[in-house]
Amino acid sequence: MKGTVQTEPRRALEARSRLEYVSPDVNIFETKDGYVLEAEMPGVNKDGLEITLEGNEITIVGRRENEAVPGTPLFRERTLVDYRRVFELDPAIDTARIAAKMDQGVLSLTLPKSERVKPRKIAVD
Amino acid sequence: MNSLTRWQRPELSTWPGFGRLTDLRDNIDRLFESPLAEWARTSNLLSGWNPALDLYEDKDNLYVKVELPGMKREDIDVSLHEGSLSISGERKSEQTHEDAEVYRAERFFGRFQRTVTLPTPVAADKVKAQYKDGILAITLSKTEEAKPKHIDVNVS
Repeated sequence: MKGTVQTEPRRALEARSRLEYVSPDVNIFETKDGYVLEAEMPGVNKDGLEITLEGNEITIVGRRENEAVPGTPLFRERTLVDYRRVFELDPAIDTARIAAKMDQGVLSLTLPKSERVKPRKIAVD
Repeated sequence: MNSLTRWQRPELSTWPGFGRLTDLRDNIDRLFESPLAEWARTSNLLSGWNPALDLYEDKDNLYVKVELPGMKREDIDVSLHEGSLSISGERKSEQTHEDAEVYRAERFFGRFQRTVTLPTPVAADKVKAQYKDGILAITLSKTEEAKPKHIDVNVS
């Protein structure tokens, strides 16, 4: 099986949580050791982050720090709702070793593959 | 109306300072009355990165907030020129994933610039900027002349 980190259909996600959440933009890479997932969640810090694993699904929720709105808005483009997105995990991922880091509104998830599925060379005697 | 600028939610207030720009925009729109326009609006290719920006005011200050996740402080440039505030910079992609296979690339890397015409004059020497959790917050204090004044009139 060609394993990837798959995202659930966007339509399903939107139908379920139309108003409460916005889907963060992500980049996903695969290296030989595992996957790296970066999600943009400006306004979220370490404390507002909630990552849950259930079966082979990982759910990322980012709650914005309650921002005091200064004065009267004159012009607004930002949507001040929380972030949420669900990904289906490649079964090769060693879920016990998933690591997360938050830096300036970008979440970096490291999803290492288990040792047994890593490509390795077999020495020939 | 098709436009190359950032899509705005209809319920949000449009800032009245864009009158002349809108005319220009309508002209450009006529050039793009084609399926291309639809595509251009939803893609980053023509418009580049347009970070979302909010502008607020109170009695003494103007506040600008821009969403710039994943930047380095030194790559953000804020400048004030004749009543316009410009925020520009470059988000560099990290080189650590060179040999990696890309599954999703929704984030934008490269240069951006946003300029807003400020509705009131501000003191150029009193601009404060802070970058935290991927949000750049700029506070500009209004000049004394621009602040609303209360004048006591003695009615005799």
